[in-house]
Amino acid sequence: MANFFKDNPDLLFSLNELDLSEAVALREENYRLAEQFDTAPVDYADAQDNYRRVLDVVGEICADNIEPRSRQVDREGPKFENFKVTYHPLTQKNLKDLTDADVMGIMLPHRYGGLNFPVSVYTMMTEMVSRADASLQNLIGLQDIAETICDFGSEEQRQQYLPRFATGEVDGSMDLTEPDYGSDLQSVRLRAWQDEKTGQWYLNGMKRFITNGCAKVHLVLARSEEGTTDGRGLSMFICEAGPKLVVRRIEDKLGIHGVATCELQYNDVPAQLCGKRRFGLIKYVMSLMNGARVAISAQAVGIAEAAYREARKYASERQQFKRSIDQFPAIYDLLSSMKVQLTAARTLLYETTRAVDLRNGYTQLVESGRDTSPEAKAKQKYYNKVAAVLTPMCKALATEMANRVAYDAIQIHGGTGFMRDFNAERFYRDARITNIYEGTTQLQVVAAIGGVIQRDNDVRIKELAALPLPGKLDRLREKVMELYRKQLDAVSFVAEKKDQAYHDLMARSLVEMETMVLVGLLMLRDAAKDEQREPLAERYVLDSIPAFEQRYLRVKSNDMALIDNHRDIIDY
Amino acid sequence: MSYTVLVFVKQVPDTQNISGDAMTPQGTVNRAALPAIFNPEDLNALELALQLKDRYGARVVVGTMGPPSAAEVLRNALYRGADEGVLLTDRAFAGADTLATSYALSCCAKKLGKFDLILCGRQAIDGDTAQVGPQLAEKLKIPQICYVEEVKELGDGKVVARRAIEGGYEVLSAPLPCLLTVVEGNEPRPMAGKRIMKYKRAKTPGEVAKSHADANYTDEEPMAAELAKLREQGLLIAEWTAQDVDADPARIGLKGSPTKVKNIQSVVLTAGEAKSVPATDEGIALLIHELITDHTLG
Repeated sequence: MANFFKDNPDLLFSLNELDLSEAVALREENYRLAEQFDTAPVDYADAQDNYRRVLDVVGEICADNIEPRSRQVDREGPKFENFKVTYHPLTQKNLKDLTDADVMGIMLPHRYGGLNFPVSVYTMMTEMVSRADASLQNLIGLQDIAETICDFGSEEQRQQYLPRFATGEVDGSMDLTEPDYGSDLQSVRLRAWQDEKTGQWYLNGMKRFITNGCAKVHLVLARSEEGTTDGRGLSMFICEAGPKLVVRRIEDKLGIHGVATCELQYNDVPAQLCGKRRFGLIKYVMSLMNGARVAISAQAVGIAEAAYREARKYASERQQFKRSIDQFPAIYDLLSSMKVQLTAARTLLYETTRAVDLRNGYTQLVESGRDTSPEAKAKQKYYNKVAAVLTPMCKALATEMANRVAYDAIQIHGGTGFMRDFNAERFYRDARITNIYEGTTQLQVVAAIGGVIQRDNDVRIKELAALPLPGKLDRLREKVMELYRKQLDAVSFVAEKKDQAYHDLMARSLVEMETMVLVGLLMLRDAAKDEQREPLAERYVLDSIPAFEQRYLRVKSNDMALIDNHRDIIDY
Repeated sequence: MSYTVLVFVKQVPDTQNISGDAMTPQGTVNRAALPAIFNPEDLNALELALQLKDRYGARVVVGTMGPPSAAEVLRNALYRGADEGVLLTDRAFAGADTLATSYALSCCAKKLGKFDLILCGRQAIDGDTAQVGPQLAEKLKIPQICYVEEVKELGDGKVVARRAIEGGYEVLSAPLPCLLTVVEGNEPRPMAGKRIMKYKRAKTPGEVAKSHADANYTDEEPMAAELAKLREQGLLIAEWTAQDVDADPARIGLKGSPTKVKNIQSVVLTAGEAKSVPATDEGIALLIHELITDHTLG
């Protein structure tokens, strides 16, 4: 029996070495929940044992059931007839398997029938599911909807919806994008109006590119404040599928064929307000999107894992010039680089989820009133800041990495990779959306640059820099710290220049340089725990140096020419 | 109305991952050398029982005979949705052939009281006899349908099942109680996360005793308290000896097994006629010439 959990040493390493004890203790209310629920762990070791067992089950389902079905799902996809979406029978089987395994409400609290697992463990599941069938991740990943209702809905709404999510009875969709507004969500127009007599809300308008828009439960961003035009006039609503909510069409896409992407028409659909009016975009959707960004990062890592493995296997089997092609420098260079980038993205992914788990834990602690001490509040604030900068950094890194790895995986296959008989082309198509949806890489840079300029990663960088490392790793760290000093210099150079256009133009370089410093230190930390990871850390650091220098030179160049003459270039 | 379905399962060595030391010189399976798994067709039998539970409502009791470590397959069954587990374990059961095994299981079934259906996998991958299920039905004097792929109907005191036959299938009906042996056909459901988190704590009294012995407890009280707590939480797996199920000592274990292994032959499969061709242009040219001559090509 194959298993996508057990066959992946890097994933096992991530689970074993990621110290979630603080986050899990918060989540399980210092293990007091065990007195109330027979599924709750009694201590951290017990919790880890649960995580391992459940990931083991999911790993087996992914390898034995989902992956073998994935090619047919990609070829045939869902059906759309008479305004009704029907998922592929194999997609339905996939969902049933995961429902039977109890993982459709994996993060929901015990009291709503969930497993109360941290985001980090959910992310590991996401990664495995994406490796098996990237499009399926879009369906199971929408349990983020339930998380959002859990975080911001009323107790009545939680009771109404969460147990149904946990049993897999309902699925969700997040309805944000409209035909005219994607990245610019502040301008969303879908109208929410309230019947003055009954107080009932109704939704009227259009949404587009809605992943799983045929879902039973929808979270909708809508304009509740007539006359407003910005984000502060938007609220979040919950509505259910029904005759007033019409799926007008489904998109014909490059990749993630297994999931339906829908255009929706709301004809006065009855809805409930979720949370407070006017907080729709600025608080709830930002939270929802950040959760989804972590999930998409994991989707990207999963696709890259699948693509890398196909390429590795092909390179060892394919003989040219009487040798397997993985013996040629041009090929092993590609493979090593793919592997190092994949491992680097994964280490940043779990660094990110750990911060998210701690943020969630302290937020819950403070907001439930269990602990409102200044220390607890300070930690909440700190992890909030760190998660806010790491999430977009991670999404940018992981999704761009997945595209490169999937691209190179085809390259290693040569002409074969271009053919649809092999999986490499599917991974390439599936990877392509990851650096677009839930905010393009360009928007991730916008989301991360504030934290980079404000130096929100400095505390963590200093912690990592102070870890004891053996000789060679210590010397490599010195190289990373040299980059770090240059990064501080580059950041203050841009900040002091006080030129918005230059700041925006250099933002991507600065975010990427920050990522290289942080990930370099994380790779060294991991190598210190497992000496087999030393060559990977070394490769990462040594490859970072020229990549970093190139960006550094650009940032420090003070070259304003592009700002002045880009039109002349673009329109020549 | 709700049914009682007994499922008899077996923990077997994973013969799909076989290695050189898989057999002992005495001709029995070297269990230490192979990982222990849930016999695959027994998983199909369990799945069928759970489907009947979903469709008609049923209490699913899973029983197994084996060493104390066989409690693991019972926990596995609980993770998938079984309601109770029974471990039949006793040194006196050791070395049983199919006759002694089916006798022991029949004692267990009688001890469990009234039941409507017994499901077994068609056969276990270690012995491949497919005899235990049918013999068990004979000993209990109940009808049997073998090679079942699915149950069409359960009700009115009868079961209607579809069984595989050579070149097709047939649909048979039998009065309850009845025994079915199940072939691969359904897809066993995965273990459920919440059930894992709950039932991973389920133990047999033997396992509790062992953990206390390992911890060097001399006092019996903590152990009694733990047993009482597990029972209260529904986490105590029943564990029965030969005496508990009123088994005749002469009919169980080695003593009750007339089957004797007379001779073990190690069969090494070798390829048929093979011919090696030198990996040179000349070699290939000769091969092609030969293939054309004997009309394999062209």
